[in-house]
Amino acid sequence: MSEKLQSRFDTVLAIALILGMVLALYMALIEAPRERTMGDLQRIFYFHVAAAIAGMTAFAVNFFSCLMYLVRRKRWWDNLALSAAEIGVMFLSMVLVTGPIWAKPAWFVWWTWSPRLTLSLVLCLLYVAYILIRNYIEDPEKKALVSAVFGIVAFADTPLVWFSIRWWRDIHPSPMLETGGLAPSMRPAFFICMIVFQILLVFLLRRRFYLESVRSEMESLEREADAH
Amino acid sequence: MIEVRGLTKHFGRFSALRGLDLTIGAGEFIALFGRNGAGKTTLLRILAGLSHPSSGKVDFPREAGIAPLYWRGRIGYLSHNTSLYIDLTALENLRFYAQLMDMPSDDDSLFRRIREVGLAGREREPVRNYSRGMQQRLAIARAFLHNPDVLLLDEPFTGLDQAGSEILKGYVSDAHAKGKTCLMAIHDAPLGYEMADRLVVIDKGVVALDVAASALSLSDFQQKYKFLVTKQ
Amino acid sequence: MHKIWAIFRKDLLVELRTKDTLNSMLFFGIVVLIVFNFAMESLRDSIRSAVPGILWAAFIFSGTLGLNRMFAAEKENGCLQGLLMIPVDRGIIYFGKMLAATVFMLISEFVIFIFSLVFFNLTVWGEIPYLILVFLIGTLGFTAVGTLLSAIAVNTKLREVLLPLILFPVVLPVIVNAVEATNIILNTQDYRALRLPLSIMAVFTIVFGTISYLLFEHVLED
Repeated sequence: MSEKLQSRFDTVLAIALILGMVLALYMALIEAPRERTMGDLQRIFYFHVAAAIAGMTAFAVNFFSCLMYLVRRKRWWDNLALSAAEIGVMFLSMVLVTGPIWAKPAWFVWWTWSPRLTLSLVLCLLYVAYILIRNYIEDPEKKALVSAVFGIVAFADTPLVWFSIRWWRDIHPSPMLETGGLAPSMRPAFFICMIVFQILLVFLLRRRFYLESVRSEMESLEREADAH
Repeated sequence: MIEVRGLTKHFGRFSALRGLDLTIGAGEFIALFGRNGAGKTTLLRILAGLSHPSSGKVDFPREAGIAPLYWRGRIGYLSHNTSLYIDLTALENLRFYAQLMDMPSDDDSLFRRIREVGLAGREREPVRNYSRGMQQRLAIARAFLHNPDVLLLDEPFTGLDQAGSEILKGYVSDAHAKGKTCLMAIHDAPLGYEMADRLVVIDKGVVALDVAASALSLSDFQQKYKFLVTKQ
Repeated sequence: MHKIWAIFRKDLLVELRTKDTLNSMLFFGIVVLIVFNFAMESLRDSIRSAVPGILWAAFIFSGTLGLNRMFAAEKENGCLQGLLMIPVDRGIIYFGKMLAATVFMLISEFVIFIFSLVFFNLTVWGEIPYLILVFLIGTLGFTAVGTLLSAIAVNTKLREVLLPLILFPVVLPVIVNAVEATNIILNTQDYRALRLPLSIMAVFTIVFGTISYLLFEHVLED
């Protein structure tokens, strides 16, 4: 895409995002019906789950980028992989923060070891590890290659972690019941929040990707400069 | 027969090689000269397959029906790392590499190799007990174990005593006489001049000088070399 | 292939000479047992319920030590370089190393387990075959991915320190399932329930064994 088209797209995205956010807030906080047992507290669910889904999407993008980098060896894919990983960690941190906020008033505990919450924690650790590995390798090509391998490992690990935690939960059940079902009247709010978070994901991804591209471009320019 | 084209290698901000071109003919003996950090070691490592270039190509002659790993098995690389397991004996070290290189790993063959580098009688001692010079000699045996067609030597004479140097010189000249290709990075200009067919000076990641040894005298070469590395 | 065997045998041979790795693995594992004993003082009478967790914590920590040594030792004297020069598929090196790591871990697990029987006053006779199975599959899963990640960690600035950070989150499924399986064997004796954790661990081993084998060449460098 040409530069002008890119920035037009970004502007459209930003506007859509702002409008979407307002709509989502309205839908979640006002329009959606009050939940039977937890009352207004339950409204956090819309953002909690939307953030989780956005985080997972980001990690899927990371996985795909890592694969593509291994095949194509183009810096473009590596920049995308890093951006996706960072933003995924950001979204999952939101999940990890809203989780306790929800849990404490509802069940009087800060942490519930529920499958979703635990998976978010482990995923956060995995992708922080991804970022750590990158931090401690200097050479950009090696960095990209090795982190691509780890990105694939992390993504392959995710379903295994999920099933293990789910099964563990079945053996050690807890009295805390996180809302599984979604009443039909809640669906509009849920879907709108989910879509808005996806737009947020795309928006942030593009910004971060742009920053990373510029940074690695600068690095190669500095290298040229050093040569003369 | 080995074509190096536009070879570039960066380590972060530092560029070790900057678009180096070199054609290495079959059976040639090239002495590589250059300052520290000029790119000699990097070039040798890339040729040996230990490092990947950031860009550029290295083309080994392609022959139909030869597996891609073929050339890796035909290269012998010797650097200041001995690649020896110091807790194992000389015999065990060579046996390990022989097994992995599909070479005869019976005791007799290995004993012979060890004798060739002047370490007879010490085959069953852990390498830990060897002096630096002795370890280097065993490293020579290891590097030449599979009778490589291409020799890549990175300042191989450093650390060798007189006897060891003689042994190495013998090996290398022998191989050269048999038509093997040899690329040797060296600091000692007279020695390099004496042994090689072709003299290549690498400076700032590219080839700065490339002459046949027969084309000029040693002192001429030394003058040119000095000029190249002292100009800024 | 005989080359895998050659690499495996070489690692065992080196270890036989120095006993560095095994000694530190054993020592560390036993220390972990002791620490947990004091940490779980309040569970004194029902310690058997905590034993599965304590055991696997000791196994994982000592196993990580072993994995670290595996490639760090190769970097000395540039032996890694020597391995890279060999005309083999790099995956062969992976299998050789993985087997060696598995054997070391199993040996130290055996010794740590004996110590735990003494420390925690346990009696286990009929359970031994099942325990062997769980230890074996759990260890294989751990080394399947641990070998790959150790090769990654050893080439970074932090070197061995990085390994636990990147290994533990990845290996969580093995830990969860192994602890539960051990618990089933030691405490609940509901052997039918063993099928699920063992399957998950087996799947883990196969998945990561394959991924590691395929991707190993990209991470092995000097």
